[in-house]
Amino acid sequence: MDSVFSIAGTVMTVHLPAEIDHHTSDRLCAEADKLVQRKHIRCIVFDFAGTTFMDSSGIGMLIGRYKRMRFMGGTVAAVNVGERIRKMLEVSGIGKIMDIYEGMPLRTPAC
Amino acid sequence: MQQNEMKLEFDSHSCNESFARVTVAAFMTQLNPTLEEVADVKTAVSEAVTNAIIHAYKNESVVKSRFVKSEDTAEEAGRIWITCHIRDNLLEVEVRDTGCGIADVKRAMEPFFSTAEENDHSGLGFAFMEAFMDTLEVESAPGEGTCVRMTRRIGGGRHSESICGKTDAFDMLQPEQDGMPPKSQYDGNDAGNILLSDGR
Repeated sequence: MDSVFSIAGTVMTVHLPAEIDHHTSDRLCAEADKLVQRKHIRCIVFDFAGTTFMDSSGIGMLIGRYKRMRFMGGTVAAVNVGERIRKMLEVSGIGKIMDIYEGMPLRTPAC
Repeated sequence: MQQNEMKLEFDSHSCNESFARVTVAAFMTQLNPTLEEVADVKTAVSEAVTNAIIHAYKNESVVKSRFVKSEDTAEEAGRIWITCHIRDNLLEVEVRDTGCGIADVKRAMEPFFSTAEENDHSGLGFAFMEAFMDTLEVESAPGEGTCVRMTRRIGGGRHSESICGKTDAFDMLQPEQDGMPPKSQYDGNDAGNILLSDGR
């Protein structure tokens, strides 16, 4: 799990696995929440570069982290979103509450 | 008329979610689907199987009392069945369990509604099944298990409908105008093309 999370200041990047479903997201959520508390994270970046499959468990993971970060005055974002994942995010409408990027933005957020 | 059927039975463990969707994907290969069609069906199967794994057998005392009275064997506890049927280019997928059943099916199928105790469940399982399959039927009653039947015509070029126009659930989650940080500080340049923000 160590290589999944990388932290720079108050920004935590989650390098998501190839498949995000109920089985994989449960543990990801638990680990992410622990790190957010311990490292005082203000922004979570979900990196979908290696992800080829996601179901609504992934949406639940994003919503859950968004709610927690918002409670603490933080933000979440999705980067390196491929075509399939973009379709999933679009169908769910989650773009209303978080930024979604096809690539990797040059500037990191000042959280 | 080309007809084919397969039946799969497995334990309701989350590690079987990937196995279940890959198996259905393999079976539908004979229909020469596009990558998108396979991905859509895999997602719908994943949703139905996940629902069964999370909900069907969570209330074990109910299941045990049922078995005392019924002829069902103990081996059936916590099992999920997937039946796939192909007729010409029509794929039918049925996901069945013999768990606690759904008290209010109509409510359960509302986007964002979830009876799961944990907070990280989106309540979008049925919405995604509807979005990615042509038809969806749910047969369920308390103590009677649940049967989800979905069909998809392969080669039909279906465009998935978005559910975001059908619910204002995400509107309720958006930060207020003042006192909250902006959605993000990202620079929306060409290296990181912002796809789906509404530009606030």
